[in-house]
Amino acid sequence: MTTIDASRKDLVAEFRKTPVGHQSVELQKLMNVMRGEGFPGKHVLICTKPYEEWRLGRLSGVRGKAIEVVEGVVYTSIEEAEWEVFKIRWMALTGEELD
Amino acid sequence: MKKRIVGYTDKISVAPGEIIDFKVTTDDIPRYHADIVRLISCDHDPTGSGTKEEVIETAVSGDYDGRWQETYAGSYAVIDDAAPFDALESFTLQAMVWPTTPDLGRQVLLGKWSEADETGYALVIDDDGALALMIGDGPGAARVVSTGLALSERIWCFVGASFDASSGTVHLYQEAMIEYPLRESTIELEATVAAGAPGRNDAPFMIAAAHGGTARGEDFGARHYNGKIDSPRVANRALGLEEMSGLMHRPIPSEAQSDMVAAWDFARGIRSTRIEDASANKLHGRLVNLPTRAMMGYNWTGSEMNWRHAPEQYGAIHFHHDDIYDAGWETDFSLTVPDGLASGVYCARLDSGDEVDRIPFVVRPPRGSATNDVAFLIPTASYMAYANEHHGVDSAGSEVMMGHLTGLKPEDLMLNEHREWGYSLYEHHADGSGVCYSSRLRPVLNWRPGYTNPWIGTAGTAAWQWPADNHITAWLDAMGHGCDFITDEDLHAEGLGLLERYRCVLTGSHPEYYSTRMWDAVDGYLGQGGRFMYLGGKGFYWRIAYHDELDGVLELRRAEDGIRDWVADPGEYYHSFSGEYGGLWRRNGRPPQGLVGVGMATQGFDISGYYRRMPDAENPRVAFAFDGVDGDIIGDFGTVGGGAAGLELDRRDFRLGSPPHTLVLATSEGLSPLYFLCPEEVDNVGPTVSAQDDNNARGDVTFMETANGGAVFSTSSISWAGSLSWNGFNNNVSKITDNVLRRFLDPAPF
Repeated sequence: MTTIDASRKDLVAEFRKTPVGHQSVELQKLMNVMRGEGFPGKHVLICTKPYEEWRLGRLSGVRGKAIEVVEGVVYTSIEEAEWEVFKIRWMALTGEELD
Repeated sequence: MKKRIVGYTDKISVAPGEIIDFKVTTDDIPRYHADIVRLISCDHDPTGSGTKEEVIETAVSGDYDGRWQETYAGSYAVIDDAAPFDALESFTLQAMVWPTTPDLGRQVLLGKWSEADETGYALVIDDDGALALMIGDGPGAARVVSTGLALSERIWCFVGASFDASSGTVHLYQEAMIEYPLRESTIELEATVAAGAPGRNDAPFMIAAAHGGTARGEDFGARHYNGKIDSPRVANRALGLEEMSGLMHRPIPSEAQSDMVAAWDFARGIRSTRIEDASANKLHGRLVNLPTRAMMGYNWTGSEMNWRHAPEQYGAIHFHHDDIYDAGWETDFSLTVPDGLASGVYCARLDSGDEVDRIPFVVRPPRGSATNDVAFLIPTASYMAYANEHHGVDSAGSEVMMGHLTGLKPEDLMLNEHREWGYSLYEHHADGSGVCYSSRLRPVLNWRPGYTNPWIGTAGTAAWQWPADNHITAWLDAMGHGCDFITDEDLHAEGLGLLERYRCVLTGSHPEYYSTRMWDAVDGYLGQGGRFMYLGGKGFYWRIAYHDELDGVLELRRAEDGIRDWVADPGEYYHSFSGEYGGLWRRNGRPPQGLVGVGMATQGFDISGYYRRMPDAENPRVAFAFDGVDGDIIGDFGTVGGGAAGLELDRRDFRLGSPPHTLVLATSEGLSPLYFLCPEEVDNVGPTVSAQDDNNARGDVTFMETANGGAVFSTSSISWAGSLSWNGFNNNVSKITDNVLRRFLDPAPF
């Protein structure tokens, strides 16, 4: 089981710079854990205006059950959304809040 | 946020003079306006080609009342002649069963049970997962006897129940074919209930469901059973266990014939939707909502893998509560395609004020004719394979594979809440078995202009299949190329004759699913000098089968290799629709490299790479392709992942049949570490399977001449089409595509 090393702020910095695409092997391993978040409660985006606006949602893993929309959370760029969800997951895995 | 208006058509390809019906459902939308539009482009990407459509003046234009139309999913068998089953007072019901969700509440195995008024009789799995007999006398008045012993999931079990109406004696038998220590799996039980015949009803006799009621003049099911049933039998008196066992023989022993009401043999007519009664009464039935046939029966020995060779071992049908073939909605409006209407991609545009839905269809040229030298072969078989795919919602693991957050759309939210609209060939039924049939006679929410797939491209911003192929439609319009539009269904029905009217045929961005007849038609076209532009990736990959009798449905068995979201059980690799071996074309003796010069190599779903020009591009045989193209980097831009080499890519491989004269004009670069070799390229485990480590994880743009002056140009990438519109269609991907098309239209032989 791969675990997260909370001291690796260099990987956090790399993620902020490259949330998607060409990442280092070590960041990939970190992202396998972060993106591997399971049910229930897995975070997803819900696009409310194509290419402009996204809300935050959570999946139950139960077929047919309505997707929970997290109130009050709106993203206006994909990079912002990736970073905000990264922070949520980092907190859940390490107990540490990222700036 | 959620989509609230959606519809489908009875046909996908229509010619002038033909009628197409539109079926619409709205969720709390009282009125909507409908028009028929010709769709040129529908790309919401701010760097893309935008929405361009033309309203066609037809009688369809007008306002319509919205309404919700129910869909009744769940497969079953029904026997239309109810009289012999009405007449039963004492009886025996029995079958071999392989339940997949015995813990999912009461499920009817077989019987004549009305769920509405709780009358009739049925052999069921009860709320405790145990076998039970129900004799209904009205609401809350059923006589019920249960074994109290839960059936085991996915273990064949003989189940039988007899009822003597004069004495009220019930016998129940439940005998698993596999017995484990420490676990009781067999029970024989006698009980006494009130004497007297079951309460009468108007329900038909059904297998794998109770009668739920009628809607739109048709019966629908309730209490659907998930799992296989083999050799169901009905006898007209209470039989003992030994007599029941005798009924499992084929043929039914002559001394038992007088006891028989029906003895269905599902090994007969496997390619059809009929079930045959092997008894003298011939109480044949029909299947509703396409349960899976050609399934291994209780007596499958493993000695034979092909159901056609040993049908008696394939006497099982697998029923699912989420099977769907035809949603059966009523028609809201129809279009008679006007004479002279140009071939093209059209939609019924439904506008509720707050929301617009576009129901797509194709207008082909008048039958028997061509109206252009170019045909765009719309890959409707592949659209059907992906129809209503739910991975963005149902798969927790997909984000790891895709490397970006999932981005759901209004279509996904609506689809998530309407599981009765069924699944794609990429998913499992709720009971965990693979979906191997997919129909278009239902609302298909990912077959929509402008829709982007939630797990493809960053935050799900990449078009896929139909929306991606709209990029090609937009490009044809922008470049002024006249074009006919034909579909996979047309090709399967008409074969080579459809293609040979054209000087050049274009594919879509991902023509992945091919029937044998479709493949043969393309092969024949190339053999007689046709020109073929394969404008996509991972094409000609899976062999599929259309149904002999039913419209708009195809089958895939995900056999022994390839990228498989589910895996067929060994022994179930042969299509029930056709009898053909399923799976990869590569494993059917026809690697796509032999057809188009390239075959599937790698896939990834985060960002796209680009192509680099290779020395073969200077070869005089193909130098026309790069006329006016400067520089070596091709397609480092685009709306699908930001590049022309992306999502799924093919490469040349002489070992797999790429003709020796196949030229590689360009090769991909810049693929992310999340592009991996496809499984059929990996024979052993090892750490070097990504595009970073293995040069075979790449795409090759290729050119090759074919017999009689023909040629094939293959872009080998799904994202190629997404780069065509960049910079107002003025870019090197567009230029190369245009150069090739213009040369391919030149009758001078290659």
